[in-house]
Amino acid sequence: MKDILQKYGLNTLTKKILLDLYKSMLKIRMFEEKIVELYPEQEMKCPVHLCIGQEAIAAGVCQHLHKGDYVFSNHRGHGHCLAKGTKMRPLMAEFYGKATGCSGGKGGSMHIIDVENGILGTSAIVGGGIPMGVGAALASSLKGEDSVTAIFFGDGAFDEGAFYESFNFATLKRLPVVFVCENNFYATNSHQSARQSGCRIFESAASFDARGHCVDGNDALAVYKAAQDAVQLARKGVGPSLIEAKTYRWKGHVGPDEDWTKGCRPKEELDYWKEQCPVKRFTELLMDKGALTSAEVEDLKLAITAEIIDAVEFARKSAYPETSALLADVYREANK
Amino acid sequence: MVKLNIVQAINQALGQEMEKDPDVIVIGEDVAKDGGVFRVTQGLLEKFGADRVIDTPLAELGIIGAAVGLAAYGMKPVAEIQFMGFTYAGLEQLFSHASRIRSRSRGAFSCPMVVRTPYGIGIKPPELHSESPEALFAHMPGLKVVIPSNPYNAKGLLISAIRDPDPVLFMEPSRLYRSIKSEVPEEAYSIPLGKAAVFQEGSEITVVAWGTMLHKAAEASEGFDAEIIDLQTIRPFDEEAVVNSVKKTGRLVVVHEAPGMCGFGAEVAALVADEAFGYLKAPVVRVTAPDAVVPMARLEDYYMPEIDMIKKAFERVMQY
Ligand SMILES: Cc1ncc(C[n+]2csc(CCOP(=O)(O)OP(=O)(O)O)c2C)c(N)n1
Ligand SMILES: [Mg+2]
Repeated sequence: MKDILQKYGLNTLTKKILLDLYKSMLKIRMFEEKIVELYPEQEMKCPVHLCIGQEAIAAGVCQHLHKGDYVFSNHRGHGHCLAKGTKMRPLMAEFYGKATGCSGGKGGSMHIIDVENGILGTSAIVGGGIPMGVGAALASSLKGEDSVTAIFFGDGAFDEGAFYESFNFATLKRLPVVFVCENNFYATNSHQSARQSGCRIFESAASFDARGHCVDGNDALAVYKAAQDAVQLARKGVGPSLIEAKTYRWKGHVGPDEDWTKGCRPKEELDYWKEQCPVKRFTELLMDKGALTSAEVEDLKLAITAEIIDAVEFARKSAYPETSALLADVYREANK
Repeated sequence: MVKLNIVQAINQALGQEMEKDPDVIVIGEDVAKDGGVFRVTQGLLEKFGADRVIDTPLAELGIIGAAVGLAAYGMKPVAEIQFMGFTYAGLEQLFSHASRIRSRSRGAFSCPMVVRTPYGIGIKPPELHSESPEALFAHMPGLKVVIPSNPYNAKGLLISAIRDPDPVLFMEPSRLYRSIKSEVPEEAYSIPLGKAAVFQEGSEITVVAWGTMLHKAAEASEGFDAEIIDLQTIRPFDEEAVVNSVKKTGRLVVVHEAPGMCGFGAEVAALVADEAFGYLKAPVVRVTAPDAVVPMARLEDYYMPEIDMIKKAFERVMQY
């Protein structure tokens, strides 16, 4: 494993961290696959945007974040939340529209909040999380705290003005932010090349005097390393970075099915990217190098499965919100 | 006559107006190749080509702003925004520019554009995909706001909106897109903006509604002698139709899917207080959503005014 780690510039990485990273990815994959399995029952009350195929990015970035660090995320946010520490129970319950969900069953999969773990919000509005993330980073900087904010967004959000306004502000103030663009080449069914002439997202950082870095988003160690550098720079007060992580979503834009059957994207493209499966690649690498045994993988899978089953059970058994919940929390005072 | 649903009726209106006027173009996210989220613009790319059916980047401010510029230049853009809540990202161009260009240029420039977007509860994603903020837009001088309630008026109103010399927000009830069919004439026809339609005649209660709620109100009216007015255009709205009906019935119930606070029902009630006060036999009653964010499914059922609530309002004005 040493030779590989050296290649990535990760010489000091411990086996524990490697396994944590692996576990985080596996957890996201298995969680999302459970949704694929259960969604057809129509018990989940919201649309779901799954991140199968993109796990290495959430896991690789969040490994570097402390509990007190912040994450802002988007409609495809399950992975970011799990990697940041959100428990499966409130997450699953939210999808089922239950009162025990992380948004009280009112927000759904696109509006996840987990205050305890620093998920200040996932936003259904493409690009909506970016300005808020910069604001949170400004707050931590004004208060002299050393927390870092990671903002996850897609290549689609790079089309929105919100990105440029916020990136400019963050770089101007040298705020402790890591902008993580998960470039899966599509916004709904629209290819990046139909929306952007340059298609070099990371390069835009240069004109703001910020660091831009492009990584293979399906290479867990590459993401881990890029995020390590970016988070360190942010924490030291050097300023923001833009990481463009190239990846691919396996499922359709929304819902549990693959979308090539509907002609949205070519099947060959999906097949290619399935070969590049981040979980498979990392498993093989670790096993190849003797850092992971199949027995360990089985143990991990058993533990994660148990956690998922517990979460589903919890979600199913939980009650729906009372009607009165409708009027709760519009203002601090009860709504009139 | 053929029966169409709202999606088909709007699609036909777009196609016919594009055929008639080369300045009419369609722009928006995924409107060309995909035919839009709800497939409303399906087939237009094949018929009119990529210069007139334009897929844009994912950027609402850019889309609405481009429509403003296109319109000021003399074209007639019909911009699609995927969901009502995403128009908020483009409000600056709509509120600060589209609605004011005429007055700012003392009539030298106008902004004959349409922004089409699905609104309202109906397909289950929460909040930003499901809201009904018509009053927000109606509040802005210079903008027109149109909400069809069936395939027939969807076609005729959209044609008028496209031909209108001023910017029009065209709110399409997502819940009704494919759930009702009605006879729609093949040829192009227009229904004037600013004119209400009497959906059902009656003599004891005037019920004012639009879009999805019109159908709820109609359902609830069973057993009441209600005159149901489909407002069709929220701004400018047909004051005369409302006032005349209230003069006849002496009672007014307004039903809308938006929260009550500053909802458009307040405007209707104020009009009647002004112009038909002496005719009222009961207080004006509004049936609205609560002043809360549209929640996810389940609670959503409590959010939307239901038949029972509307019936209670009818009883209240009758028993007063
Ligand atoms: C402001 C806004 N416009 C449009 C949408 C509809 N929409 C939801 S996700 C999406 C595509 C987003 O693409 P990207 O940012 O690349 O994220 P991905 O889905 O690929 O993860 C679109 C168009 C939205 N939610 N918000
Ligand atoms: Mg994308």
